[in-house]
Amino acid sequence: MTASNPATPQPDFIRIEGVTKSFGTFKAVNNVSLNISKGELFALLGGSGCGKTTLLRMLAGFEAPTEGRIFIDGQDMAGVPAYDRPVNMMFQSYALFPHMTVAKNVGYGLKHENMTQGQRDDRVKEMLGLVQMAHLAYRRPHQLSGGQRQRVALARSLAKLPKLLLLDEPLGALDKKLREHTQFEFANIQYKLGITFVVVTHDQEEAMTLASRIAVMDQGVIRQIGSPSDIYEHPNSRFVADFIGSINMVDGEVARVEANGVEVLCPTLGEPVFVAPANSHRQGDKVSLAFRPEKVAISRRKPAAAINVLKGKVLDFGYFGKDSLFRIKLATGRVLSVNAVNTARMSAEQAVATWEEDVYLSIAPEAAMLFGADS
Amino acid sequence: MRSATRDWFNRRGWRDVIIASPYLWLVAFFLVPFIIVIVMSFAKTATQSPPFAFLPDWPFIRFETYQRLFTSSLYIRAGAISVYNAAVATVLCLLIGYPMALAITRAGKSLQRLLLMLVILPFWTSFLLRVYAWIGLMGKNSWFNKALTSAYNVFVPTSWELPGIQMMNTNFAVVLVMVYSYLPFMVLPLYANLEKLDTTLNEAAMDLGSRRWEVFRDITLPLSIPGIIAGGLLVFIPAMGELIIPSLVGNAGDPMIGRVIQQEFGQNRDWPMASAVAVALLLMLVVPLMLYNHFEAKAQKGAA
Repeated sequence: MTASNPATPQPDFIRIEGVTKSFGTFKAVNNVSLNISKGELFALLGGSGCGKTTLLRMLAGFEAPTEGRIFIDGQDMAGVPAYDRPVNMMFQSYALFPHMTVAKNVGYGLKHENMTQGQRDDRVKEMLGLVQMAHLAYRRPHQLSGGQRQRVALARSLAKLPKLLLLDEPLGALDKKLREHTQFEFANIQYKLGITFVVVTHDQEEAMTLASRIAVMDQGVIRQIGSPSDIYEHPNSRFVADFIGSINMVDGEVARVEANGVEVLCPTLGEPVFVAPANSHRQGDKVSLAFRPEKVAISRRKPAAAINVLKGKVLDFGYFGKDSLFRIKLATGRVLSVNAVNTARMSAEQAVATWEEDVYLSIAPEAAMLFGADS
Repeated sequence: MRSATRDWFNRRGWRDVIIASPYLWLVAFFLVPFIIVIVMSFAKTATQSPPFAFLPDWPFIRFETYQRLFTSSLYIRAGAISVYNAAVATVLCLLIGYPMALAITRAGKSLQRLLLMLVILPFWTSFLLRVYAWIGLMGKNSWFNKALTSAYNVFVPTSWELPGIQMMNTNFAVVLVMVYSYLPFMVLPLYANLEKLDTTLNEAAMDLGSRRWEVFRDITLPLSIPGIIAGGLLVFIPAMGELIIPSLVGNAGDPMIGRVIQQEFGQNRDWPMASAVAVALLLMLVVPLMLYNHFEAKAQKGAA
């Protein structure tokens, strides 16, 4: 699913060193340091106003950092204007030139390259072939569908074979089917050309499927950098755990520490929950217990496991075809979300449970996570 | 039956009334009078009121006004001077107005409002008053004329030096006052056009390697052609038929078409001739416009 170019690993191909961008007293980007290696597909993920777009615009050269430096392939970008950077950008709105044909759009950046007209035409053809748009080369942007425009925008931003390609919410304007198709295509093209991609997105699914590494941003700072599975399975903070995917987050206190784990007492769960491994938690620590909905087993019959079993009633459920999402109300009144895969070909009511039915939830000790109350 | 009428009225009556009323106005106060003018242009002058007649001599319809239009140097000259003055004024308005409009779009939101206000501010004073003000400014004893004269004298050899530039009653004065008067008609449509342009297109062009002036040449300028055409028409059309400015500051020996029409209707009491000149003026304005629309539509089709 993710592609990283095997050729010449260059871990500090792009170096962002202590970059801050202030607008007045507001720090849109606050002391961010980050290395991106050559040929990587890197995602900046965060909500609106988290600073990801500002960081992208600083890489493109549309904004200058207030503090800190940016290096691309060893070259300091300070004072280098956007038109002289080995960087191209695919804009969120695509920003295709409405008065030019598809071919002219793609070839626009090549005017400044030291190439013959024949070489330019060949490059345009090659890029349009890459995004399967060669047959529409003489259309104007307003005669294209959203997906076609997006391909032209991609071809245009790739045409100069930049060292770094920036993509601003690249799949944002596409419908779901097209998104799924396109994200694999992106990975393919990226692998073929070996160009380093930096994607900005607020959509975690987009980030997870596209990128080999993700930086989660919040309020101008990077909260965690890691592979998609790192960030999903081992979030380093409540914020990241909450931002990526859905999660049940319950406040509690460490009651007992053992060699292979800790027992957590959460007043709203009623039962103690055993979490493995112990890490550095100590008795009496205030913690947040977190577990993802799909990591909870739901059953009508009481499971054999002796620990981490909670009893509740089905409050509500949503049927999504391949799985269902249940909202289970515990005796304490606390509501938990639980995912169940619909393995049997029956209605969700028959297969798993239905409204008002008593069910048992069990959480594997390894599936639960603990966060300090302050993280 | 009554309710059927009411239904019809509710369904489309109001819409039709609203669309039709301005057109009815135009028919009554533009089309009908203009047809009268066209008809009049085929008549001959007569000592009666109104001073034209078709009867009693055969043929009742005459083309001698149009013959005179194409043979008399007075009308040809007036037409040529009108086209020349209007074209120069339009080009100057574009050269002054384009940077103005662009600068306004690039200004901050509140400054933008103020600058637009300033563009239309001259309309708050009577047009006639402003032309008279120019008469004062262009006179040989005004500070404006003196400043221009001394600036001129700095750059020319001593033998060419002037005590004062003759500005009043010249074509230069006509063009100058027309540029001044019509500048807002150029700036406003250009502003409306430039303001709509997506600035991310400029960023995209810059991202692809274009410097500022290349971005202007490749993106902003071609996308603002509709605004240039709109502004150009709004300046060129009234400038062609301008009467007041050439009458007040122009040279009577170089009349523009508007003045010729006024003279024929007024002093000469030659209504058929005046009508023929008016028809010629309209054709000079409408035919190029129709040709432009025709080719524009063709170009649009070709792109599709």
